This record gives sequence, structure tokens and C-alpha cells, in this order.
Amino acid sequence: MSERPALQLRDRAVKALKDDQMRQAVRNAVDRLSGNKEKAARELPHWEQWREQTRLIRQHTIDNLDYYLKMLTDNVRKAGGQVHFALTAEAARGIITGLCQQYEAKLVVKSKSMVTEEIHLNPALEKAGMEVVESDLAEYILQLAGETPSHIIVPAIHKNRYQIADLFSQVAGEKVESDTPALTRFARQTLREKFMEADIGITGCNFAVAETGSVTLVTNEGNARLSTALPRVVISVMGMERLVPAFEDLETVLSMLPRSATGQKLTSYISVINGPRQAADIDGCEKFHLVIVDNGRSRILADEEYRQSLNCIRCGACFNVCPVYRQIGGHAYGSVYGGPIGSVITPLLENDFAFWGELPYASTLCAACTSTCPAKIPLQELLLKLRAHRVSAGYTNTFEKIAFGLWKRFFKLPGTYKFAMKAASLGQKPLVKNGYITARIPLLANWTNSRYLPAAADETFRDRWKKRKKQVSP
Amino acid sequence: MKASIFITCICDSMYPQVGDSMVRVLEKLGVTLDFPPEQTCCGQPALSSGYWEDAKPVAETMLTAFKNSEYVVAPAGSCITAIKEYYPALFEQNPDQYRQAKELIGKIYEFSEFVVKILKKEDVGASFPHRVTYHSSCHARRFLNTDEYILALLKNVREIDYVPLPHEEACCGFGGTFAVKLPEISEAMVDEKVRNIFETKADVLIGTDLSCLMNITGRLRKQKSNIRVMHMAELLDEGMRT
Ligand code: SF4
Repeated sequence: MSERPALQLRDRAVKALKDDQMRQAVRNAVDRLSGNKEKAARELPHWEQWREQTRLIRQHTIDNLDYYLKMLTDNVRKAGGQVHFALTAEAARGIITGLCQQYEAKLVVKSKSMVTEEIHLNPALEKAGMEVVESDLAEYILQLAGETPSHIIVPAIHKNRYQIADLFSQVAGEKVESDTPALTRFARQTLREKFMEADIGITGCNFAVAETGSVTLVTNEGNARLSTALPRVVISVMGMERLVPAFEDLETVLSMLPRSATGQKLTSYISVINGPRQAADIDGCEKFHLVIVDNGRSRILADEEYRQSLNCIRCGACFNVCPVYRQIGGHAYGSVYGGPIGSVITPLLENDFAFWGELPYASTLCAACTSTCPAKIPLQELLLKLRAHRVSAGYTNTFEKIAFGLWKRFFKLPGTYKFAMKAASLGQKPLVKNGYITARIPLLANWTNSRYLPAAADETFRDRWKKRKKQVSP
Repeated sequence: MKASIFITCICDSMYPQVGDSMVRVLEKLGVTLDFPPEQTCCGQPALSSGYWEDAKPVAETMLTAFKNSEYVVAPAGSCITAIKEYYPALFEQNPDQYRQAKELIGKIYEFSEFVVKILKKEDVGASFPHRVTYHSSCHARRFLNTDEYILALLKNVREIDYVPLPHEEACCGFGGTFAVKLPEISEAMVDEKVRNIFETKADVLIGTDLSCLMNITGRLRKQKSNIRVMHMAELLDEGMRT
């Protein structure tokens, strides 16, 4: 289980809303990304059919996960790799740290992995005395800044390039210009040396292929390739659900992933690791390990409806269209996974509805996420189900419970409903000015801080209707 | 043609004039209306907040009220969405209620949808010489697909100067209890919506969902803007009188 943030969701959000620089950076980026995605979707004929195909592949895999995991394991082993299962984050950290120690690693390079964030791997390796270097530009930036990703595809989305140039300048001991080529050049030079020296490369896994026992990684910088080709030992870490049955399924998912994520037709690099190097190979690692992480996923798998959340291909498109993410950025979610999908899977992965059960309320249920998701995950339905789950588990506040209890009593019968409407219309009288309630009223104070609430009319529609009927038919 | 009106609790208590407009327009178009008095609220606030047990008895008022109706028309897309999205699951344990819920879903229409789809009227003979922009609610856009009906109706209003709203797809930030639970995020969202509305330089904002309109008007007024905010039914009602 990961640590809970000190603040509640609302306080985290308030803090984020005060960070104008972050909000501007996020707004600019999501507008660009979702615009590109829209364009990419229009350019690919039959987008809806591709989505359906993606959903089918994912659903089939998840419904038969045990079967395909076994197939994957057998085939990785056949290719000379070793496979490890980790039931918890702690177990995963233990396995990976143990492997690194076994190979006497001093320097570890890492590339592209949300799941290692999920299991908080870096601090564990550092505690065991190793130097860990993030090799992707964005992750490297965050490592220097001592921060965590705030988006699953664009981890440093919350930073602008001036902030990045400042960070790099500190490392370089001289001024690094803030244009993209200069930043990339600096990172590349610094990181290339690390690749040459590294003993172990740790990567994530976009999709493993059960049928061939391969691990595929898609990147734009190509660092995954260096992380896997140069060091002697490669450890790939994957969430238990991150696989497809066959190589041909990659055509679909690797078409949809970059298009949904950034609007690219393909990413610049697709690396496929098929076990350690064989006699005839000219490069590749000597040892290959695949660590498959459960960490709550079997629990999600056990629920027929929540199971769909495992269909996620981690494209981040739902973040980019979410009006809530747009305003508060990723860190305010407080969890490794933010955005709509993060709000769904965090309470489930953490198995914690008391604290993390707040996250499903970080949505207006506008369904922008559902309509964009390439795997057609009904995100807003799952958010709703999680809310109901939290209420029935008894974790909501007493005040709200009482309010809905009262609401039910008054609204379930036309007579009491009419009475409540009348009472509201009379009771509000002292608070009304020019047709609006501008004073603070306890229940709605939060809302009325920034908006005027219209006053209830003197006469409800139903009363007017009654009168009207009397006039028409005396 | 006969239809029953579902007035929704927000319309009933805060915007009865919208109900009046809807009645006038529909009657002019030859519909005979009735108002089943058993109706109260669709239950959406409780449903979307996770209080399904509390929502059930309230939602039952809907089933009873419209049992014998041929068509049901409402001035609020989000309430219709709630019925369509939640009722089947809410009533799944009781076959009788489940059937009634399905029946209701099959005959309930958002106002503009009813006019265009059922009455087959795109031109109601209205004229409205103002600069108008349209906030497409999430329900209209992503659940009910009723934007096309609104746009068809607007296209035929004489003298109207219609300007599309930038970021039309963006939620206004209301989301029922969302606006109360996370008011600061909600404010940031409605603020962006209002900025976009200002950009259009429109004099009138229209919509088909009273909760979104209430949220947006609240923000506009707080900012001392007096842009008129109207329900589509009010626009047509006014336009048909001139
Ligand atoms: S939930 Fe859907 S849209 Fe969001 S990251 Fe996963 S696949 Fe992409």
C-alpha cells in the first residue's frame, strides 16, 4: 500500500488551483494533445470499429488472463528469460532489489514505467545503495526536481520549459537554453554516459505478447532501446494485465495507443525484447527477467464490472479531455494514477474506500472520458458504481447522509414534496436579493461562494398549472 | 397528439416560467398536454452521489406518475439521462418496476428532441433578432445526442445571429453535488465556461438543461454580467409571439 497524502482531495485541489504556472502548462498541453488526437481519429477510417476491436482484444485477454499469463510465462522461459510473480508492491520491490543485489549492480538505468512508480521502486533501490537514473527526458526532469509524474503519458506535463532549463542548468553548472533541442541535447549527453556504465536496465512494458513471450515498449526517445540493449541485465516490470494474446493484436493496440495518446500514427520506436541474447545475436542483454506485478489487480479482476478497468491501455486520452484534470493537474489526485482512470483504479488497487473513495467524486460524470477511451471503458459508470459502493460501505459523512435521508422523506410523496417547496420558498425570503440568494446558506455555502443561487419562485409550476386549468375549464 | 409534461424539481421550484414556455410552444404546435401531479423528482441528486437506497422511493414517483402517458416531455436533458442511465439498474430487482422503467425510457423526450423528432417540426415560425450562443450540456452531447435537434431548430429561427461557443464540449462544472463537494474546482470550470461565453459577444445564452443554466447564470450574475440566459423553450416561445 502506498502512502496517503497528508491533505484531503479538496485541499489538494485548492492548492493546485493556486498554481497558475502549472495550470497554464497543463491547459496548453491537453488542448494540444486532445486536438491532435481528434485529428488522428478523423484520419483513421472506421475509428469506432478500431475502438471496438481494441475493446474486444482487451476484454478477451482480461477474461482469460490466467490462460494468457501462463502462456506468456512459458514462452518467456523458453526464450531463456526468467519470470517472477509479485503479489504485492512490497514483494515486487523485494524481487527487483534482490536481483539487482545478486548482479552486484551499482548503477541502474530505468525507462518508461508507471508500474515501478506504483510500487515505489526507486527509493527501495536507492536505500539498497544503488544509483538509479531515469533515462526518459520527462522522468529525468522529475527525478531532478524530486517530483512524481502528473500524467501517465506526459509525466512532466505540469512543468514549462523554463523550469526545465533551470533544473538542467543546476546540474550542468552552466546555463542551458530553454529551447527543446538544447534541452534534449543536454539530457541525451548526460544520459548516454549513464547507459554505458549501467549494470542493469529496468523497463516497463506496454504490452507483453503471450504467444511469443516478448515484451514490447513504445517510446519516442528510443531510450528504452538503450536501456535494454546496453546493460548486461534487463528487468522488465509489468502490471499483471499488460499483455495481448498474439503478435497480430499489436497491430490494433499499437495503432490506438499513440493515436489516442499524442495523435501520432506510430511512436518513433517500438522495441521488442524476446528474452536474453542468443548465440547468433549481435547485441542484447545476457540475462532477462520479467516481473509480473499483481498489487490488487486480482481483486479488480474478481469483480465483473470493475474488471473492465483492466482493459486500459494507458494512453492518457481520458486525462486530456477531463475538465477536472484540466483545472487541477495530476498531483492533486494524490495517487500515482490521476485523471479519470486513476480515480477508478486507485481505490480498487489500494483496496481503500475510506480515504481513496473520495477520488470517484472528482468528476462531474460528464462522460468526456468514456467517449474518448480507445478501449471503450465506461469510466463514468465505474465512477458512479464506486460512489455507490462507498456509500453502502458507510464511508460518507454524516451530514450528507442526513441530507439525503431528509430529501427522500420529502420528495417521495407529492404531498410532502409540495410542502417542502413551499417551505423553501418562504424560508428563503430574508436571504433573497433581486431574485438571487446571495447570503451564505449552510448546505450550499460552498457553491454560493462563487455563484448566485436563483431564489425559488413564489409560485411553483404545479400551482400555476392548477390555476391555469381552472381558468380554462371552470 | 397527447403528451405528459415532466417538469423536474428545479424547473418546478426555480424556473416555472420555463415550464410555461414549454407548454405554450407545445400547445401551439397542437399537442394536448397534461401534468400528472404525482411526479416530484427523478432522483438524480441521490443517484449520482451514490445514495441509491434513498433515490429509489423518489424515482418510484416517476414510474407511477407517467404509467399511463403516451409521451413524456421534459425541459431537462440531465434528468432524462438519469432515468435512462440509472433506472434499469435501480429497478432490476423488481420485474414489474423494471418493465415500467423501460416503458418510461421508451417514451420520454427532451423538449427540442420531441419537437423535431416526434412532432417533425424544425421550423416553428419563430423570429429572434439577437446574438445567441448555445451551451451544449454533457447530456445533450454525450448521452442523448440532442444537439442536432437544437441546431436544426436554431437554423430556422429568423433573424437570429447564432455564434458557436468555443470549447462547446466542456462541462460547466455543475455535476450536482460535485459543485458542493469540490466547489473550487467547479468554480474554475464554470469560470472558463463564462470566459468562453464572453468571447462570443453573445447577448443570449441558451441551453436545454436547467441545472447547467442555473450554474452558469449564477456565475454570470456574480460577475455582474447581464447576458440573458434562456431555455430553448423560452427562446421559441418568445420568438413565436413576435
Ligand atoms: S482509461 Fe481509456 S482513455 Fe484512459 S488511459 Fe486507459 S485506455 Fe486511455
